[in-house]
Amino acid sequence: MKRHLLLALALATSLTAAPLSFDFKDPKGVNAIQFHLDSLLEPISGTASGVIGTVAFDPANPAATAGKITVATKSLVVSNATMTEHLQSPMWLDVAANPEIVFELTSLANVATTGNTTSATASGKFSLKGVTKEISVPVKLTHLAGAYGKRLNKPELGGDLLVIRGEFTINRGDYGIQPGKNEDKVNPEVKLILAIVGGAPKA
Amino acid sequence: MTTPASAPFPLRRLARVLGLVVLLGTGGFWAAKGAHPGWSQNRVPHPQVDEITGIEYVTYEDRFVPGVEVLAAGLGLAAGLFAVSFLFNRNQPARTQ
Repeated sequence: MKRHLLLALALATSLTAAPLSFDFKDPKGVNAIQFHLDSLLEPISGTASGVIGTVAFDPANPAATAGKITVATKSLVVSNATMTEHLQSPMWLDVAANPEIVFELTSLANVATTGNTTSATASGKFSLKGVTKEISVPVKLTHLAGAYGKRLNKPELGGDLLVIRGEFTINRGDYGIQPGKNEDKVNPEVKLILAIVGGAPKA
Repeated sequence: MTTPASAPFPLRRLARVLGLVVLLGTGGFWAAKGAHPGWSQNRVPHPQVDEITGIEYVTYEDRFVPGVEVLAAGLGLAAGLFAVSFLFNRNQPARTQ
């Protein structure tokens, strides 16, 4: 009888549990968006590490996931200092006028969960260089229950982690980045690779 | 009249030797710094993996790695010195005493 009561209580708790809010300002500084584009001589590859944002995720209802991820434009760097200057200049990303790159998740479709990993198509508003477009991106969300404190070498903290992975391609011209220009030198298609982790400390 | 031991070094030969030094020096510097076949790097990316999440991320080491444009500049300078060497007479001395 007692076992049934506990089970019912647990079920009721899980049904009424609010989604967890995951903070993507990573204390270990791991979060970054990687970008790659073909160019003369060698591909241009770099990272943008200034990732912040929150995502509300309910392990019992991943389809209801919502949130917003922001990347500081000035955090975009490549290995070559001159290329980084060009990338951040008004001719390309215009960091001064466009300090943020934003993806606002509005819905998840084709949701399939296996174990602690959910695959889905994330739709939302992607803003880059002052242009906002609706895009759909295949993503994988991995919920690591109880791993927040463990990752910080403080297991007593408890808490969960949410890892979001995704890979998609945009056309730089669609976002006003040298549209139709220098396409023989720098490919108009930019591949973006997202691998970020958010933490939800135990309340 | 100069003796063979103290004969002035012809400018033509000097320019060519300098060109060779520039060519070998640039090539050696490029090779010693990793023979990077792309553009020069001011920061070198190092892929890392976060232990708990498995996320692959990149850290950068502030270090200069010369790229092919450094090699090309050295080659160009060496070629320039070689070309300039033809402006001098075969026996024109580098300096007169």
